[in-house]
Amino acid sequence: MPDAPLEHPDQRRQPREGGEPPAPVPPPPAYEPILLRNIGIPDSHLLKTALSRGAYQGLKKAQAMAPEAVIEEVKKSGLRGRGGAGFPTGNKWSFVPKDKWPHYLIVNADESEPGTFKDRALIENDPHLLIEGTLIGAHALGAEVSYIYIRGEMVLGAKRLEAALAEARAAGLLGNRQIHVHRGAGAYICGEETGLLESLEGKRGYPRLKPPFPALVGAFGKPTVVNNVETLANLPAIFDKGVAWYRTIGTEKSPGPKIFCVSGHVRRPGNYEKPLGYPLEKLIYEDAGGLRPGRTLKALIPGGSSMPVLRADEVQGLTMDYEAVQARGSLLGSAGVIVMDDSTCMVRCLLNISRFYAHESCGQCTPCREGSTWLAKILGRIEAGQGEGGDLELLLDICDNIAGKTICPFGEATAWPVQSFVKRFRDDFAAHITQHRCPQRPAAVAASAR
Amino acid sequence: MAAFSPQALAEFQLILGRYPTKRAATLPTLHLAQREFGWISPEVMAYVAGLLELPPIKVYEVVTFYTMFHQKPVGRHVIEACATLPCALNGAEALLEHVEKRIGIRAGETTKDGRFTLKKAECMAACGGGPCLQVNGDYHEGMTPEKFDRLVAELA
Ligand SMILES: Cc1cc2nc3c(=O)[nH]c(=O)nc-3n(C[C@H](O)[C@H](O)[C@H](O)COP(=O)(O)O)c2cc1C
Ligand code: SF4
Ligand code: FES
Repeated sequence: MPDAPLEHPDQRRQPREGGEPPAPVPPPPAYEPILLRNIGIPDSHLLKTALSRGAYQGLKKAQAMAPEAVIEEVKKSGLRGRGGAGFPTGNKWSFVPKDKWPHYLIVNADESEPGTFKDRALIENDPHLLIEGTLIGAHALGAEVSYIYIRGEMVLGAKRLEAALAEARAAGLLGNRQIHVHRGAGAYICGEETGLLESLEGKRGYPRLKPPFPALVGAFGKPTVVNNVETLANLPAIFDKGVAWYRTIGTEKSPGPKIFCVSGHVRRPGNYEKPLGYPLEKLIYEDAGGLRPGRTLKALIPGGSSMPVLRADEVQGLTMDYEAVQARGSLLGSAGVIVMDDSTCMVRCLLNISRFYAHESCGQCTPCREGSTWLAKILGRIEAGQGEGGDLELLLDICDNIAGKTICPFGEATAWPVQSFVKRFRDDFAAHITQHRCPQRPAAVAASAR
Repeated sequence: MAAFSPQALAEFQLILGRYPTKRAATLPTLHLAQREFGWISPEVMAYVAGLLELPPIKVYEVVTFYTMFHQKPVGRHVIEACATLPCALNGAEALLEHVEKRIGIRAGETTKDGRFTLKKAECMAACGGGPCLQVNGDYHEGMTPEKFDRLVAELA
């Protein structure tokens, strides 16, 4: 971390070589949220509130720059996509060809990865932040028309966005750009960018084979960028306060703020915005209030339900940035941090996750469609005490036949939870099979098996 | 034969203006149709297909892909209870059981008096407030059996 205030105070209390121990330093100032800064302010969704809090200043500065210069600034900021993959946003924008028009910017507001609830909070409480970010992106890409593809269930979010767009339009902030709200209708796979594009075009949300990538052939066959809500919400501050300031937040390779969605067995679940590289233990035990009395941590999924689960001993000292989480054998994904304490039955948790993926497979690829259903069925059997010797090998074999063999990364999203749960909690699964029941029941505060 | 009200027709025209193709208006038009007719019957699908100049099968394909389009009539109040992992870790299973008992139907059913339809939902981006459910599209977070009973009492 380049900047002192973000350093953990304990590190600075180490005596320097040969010298006197340094004087005690005051605790670092509390982190001031950038993305969630308006949440909790009365009427934060209205234009007049947003303006009084400095909204649309970043847009003004970006609009004074040539589009290429805007893309360069975003590259320099190091901003990485917050939708899950962490791909550098400026690079993604620069793939859009200059000789094929029109260009589209699509906002991915389909937020549906279990454990993730940051985009909804931004949309409902600070729609102008998203509109400002979208306008900056549209300026950089030369996109006259943008669509915000919002989850169908987010009825309030869609209303707030429509109202905020009307306000922004009336105030002349949109210029001659159009931004339209497009509501989904209930399908997890429409969060995958090419499934989203098919859905936007009025079809089933069947992901497309890549290449061609959306940058060349996207919405309506035209060059398109799909960006997550939180990614775009980073842009206003980058342009208002500058890249040098932005890079003081987070780590060298994972710069900027991140909203961590903490759910499950903590006392204060919720959205916590912190610099990337923030210590997980602080997030869980300080911000989220720790576990319930008498409970200890058993497992944690760091990036939404499709990312590999980690054991408590594997997350000790973990910092929440893309590199550090990957080094421990999982991925930061959408930063949906799902916490499971020692009362949890891992078999029931995995069954719940696997039923989700079996339900949400779009059905185009046989390995994914059939495999996800088999996984859920076998896990259901194990959970019900009817598991058989060889079931765990069978589960892993099915996973090997899904991951890497499908049109879209949903295949991995189906396989990774199973592979990681079985690998890291093999004893729990084996006990269910040999004892023909859940060893923890009825004490288990179990996950739903329905 | 199903047909939009003049107001819905005007909204439909606005929707069409947002997209470079008519087909792209399929989802918004179906949302509009569901608001107008309550559910998407085969006649409504045919009507929407006519408006969009599409073969009815193209609209049928879409209706059957997305969970929010009701292919059967629903109750006056649609309750969607999340039961995905983060909510489940905080008691969604017990809550759903309570809901089923309280209104006397299983997930996927509609009460005989047409008052409630209950659906089991997947993660609704409200895991921080789990267990959560939606009633007629409104979020209710931090749900408990007692809170649910109070909520139900307010619904006609
Ligand atoms: C199965 C699946 C589901 C996804 N769901 C979402 C989602 O709900 N929201 C989102 O922003 N990205 C989602 N993504 C990632 C998108 O495909 C895409 O990478 C992202 O919108 C890019 O935006 P970014 O570069 O700003 O992160 C999903 C990907 C997959 C494979
Ligand atoms: S991997 Fe699964 S979700 Fe993705 S396209 Fe294939 S069947 Fe559909
Ligand atoms: S798990 Fe219920 S809202 Fe996410």
